[in-house]
Amino acid sequence: MTTPVLSARGLVKTFGRVVGLDGVDLDLHRGEVLAVIGDNGAGKSTLIKTLTGALAPDAGEIRLDGELVSFKRPQDAREAGIETVYQTLAVAPALDIASNLYLAREERRPGVLGSVLRMLDKKGMRDRAQQSVQELGISTIQNMAVPVESLSGGQRQAVAVARAAAFGSKVVVLDEPTAALGVKESGQVLRLVEQLRERNLGVILISHNMPHVWEVADRIHVQRLGRCAGVITPESHSMTDGVAIMTGAMALPA
Amino acid sequence: MTDTRTSISGGSGPARTGPPARPGPSAADELARRRSSPAQRVQHLLHGHPAISPALILVLTVVVFASLNPRFGEPQTISLMVQQTAVVAALAVGQTLIILTAGIDLSVGAVAILSMMLMAKTASENGLSGPVALLLGLVAGIAAGALNGFLVTRLKLPPFIVTLGTLSVFTAMALLYTGGRSVQQVAMPDLLNWTGEIIRVGDFRITTGVLITAAIYLVAGFALSQTAWGRHVYAVGDDAEASRLAGIRVNRVLFSVYVAAGLIYALAAWVLIGRAGAASPNAIAGANLDSITAVVIGGTSLFGGRGAVLGTLLGALIVQAFTTGLSLAGVDDQYRLLAVGVLVILAVSVDQWIRKVRA
Repeated sequence: MTTPVLSARGLVKTFGRVVGLDGVDLDLHRGEVLAVIGDNGAGKSTLIKTLTGALAPDAGEIRLDGELVSFKRPQDAREAGIETVYQTLAVAPALDIASNLYLAREERRPGVLGSVLRMLDKKGMRDRAQQSVQELGISTIQNMAVPVESLSGGQRQAVAVARAAAFGSKVVVLDEPTAALGVKESGQVLRLVEQLRERNLGVILISHNMPHVWEVADRIHVQRLGRCAGVITPESHSMTDGVAIMTGAMALPA
Repeated sequence: MTDTRTSISGGSGPARTGPPARPGPSAADELARRRSSPAQRVQHLLHGHPAISPALILVLTVVVFASLNPRFGEPQTISLMVQQTAVVAALAVGQTLIILTAGIDLSVGAVAILSMMLMAKTASENGLSGPVALLLGLVAGIAAGALNGFLVTRLKLPPFIVTLGTLSVFTAMALLYTGGRSVQQVAMPDLLNWTGEIIRVGDFRITTGVLITAAIYLVAGFALSQTAWGRHVYAVGDDAEASRLAGIRVNRVLFSVYVAAGLIYALAAWVLIGRAGAASPNAIAGANLDSITAVVIGGTSLFGGRGAVLGTLLGALIVQAFTTGLSLAGVDDQYRLLAVGVLVILAVSVDQWIRKVRA
């Protein structure tokens, strides 16, 4: 087996007396979609936040491509190649699609215009945004100059995913990407998730929607009461089994 | 389950979950076609170019007043109007920056007065040279802005409360420092009075102060529209939390905005010395509301993230055009107040309407 692109060992995170993570292990390989499911309060979000730098674990280690890493801020994780698509999407509605794709990563014009006057390379960013959107096969978004607020929920999600795909060199984490979407738009986002896998990225998908998880995931990490209750696959277990493990009605042999 | 890894096009969803194909246009298609009414198209246009409505209002105002009184269109009147607008227009640039971040600055006038009195009094009484006194005043403006910025970003106080407080603090400081006394033009070095110097452009007469205001607009307009910093100002005002998650250092951007605004107020104070021909701690009493009025009429949204300094310039000119036009028409000045009030409400209503735009 190759080295996992992202691996965590013995992650512990407590909030006062509340135990968020109680020694969690996780392995993510390139070209793989790992779903994380679990009941509310099982530690899904805490797990993801520690992996993406939003929270610092109290104990345990995180390795990226085998190298020990320690993220103090989300920016650290991002610079290391881990992109997160937040449930809230983190897009600025009044800015256009290209501006949102390059938000906080703006590119400047070459030469004096960029270095002294700090002028933005608007056209270049727009062209490259168009290119990355096309590469992902997102045909619902055409004009990069359209403000994000005029897009539908699915299109906004696509913008957020395209941003992660454009800059995430190793891992993309998606937090409930289909929670607010209808059937058709969910389908489009799941296709995007598959696109990310085809680009040989490691993908972590957090979702409450079992059919979606079973449709795209290669492996499923079941989180329960701060621990990993087991890792299953859509082939090895049914959705009913998954829910049973999630709720403790069924235990996996250790 | 079949593998439907097709490209994502608007028309073809996952076949197994999609609704059955409908023959003929659906009710939604009908609605979509009906939607592009003239009003909708205007809404879209204004959404993309918010400066259009203040530009139209300005043109309309000028045409109406010029037809009522021919003197309104004369170079002399226009020159005077431009000179009279310079100070408020400059202050309104700082106000625009802060309103773009969804804040508000009530200490505009107080910061300007404090900077101005510091320049004037250190030059006239402490014998500081013009450049040093000017620099001191500019530093005072920056420091005042930094204090506002510190309170907003570090203590997380609402900008309204912060600047309401510093409005009183800075006003009191200026009055205590000067004892309420003005500094006359003759007591000040040439550099401080320089902003009152007249430049002739054909039949028009503008002041160097007007040029400074114009320079402020050019620099602020460039920074907002062409630099990453400008993008971040809009993004933070639009959605601060999203900006933070996207990697923008929100507090740093906010702080820089308050500091930049402070510097602009101090530059406006310099323009004011030239305009008024003296430095008085009781000058520009209405600066706070006048600057907010210019910003709002100029189409910048009070909710942040939308607007531009060009609109603010138009807004300031509209208010001045009303003032001059109504006074030339011999109408009671209260009507100007009334008209400006109506314009403000109108501008905010238009803003609310164009924010509801959908593609």
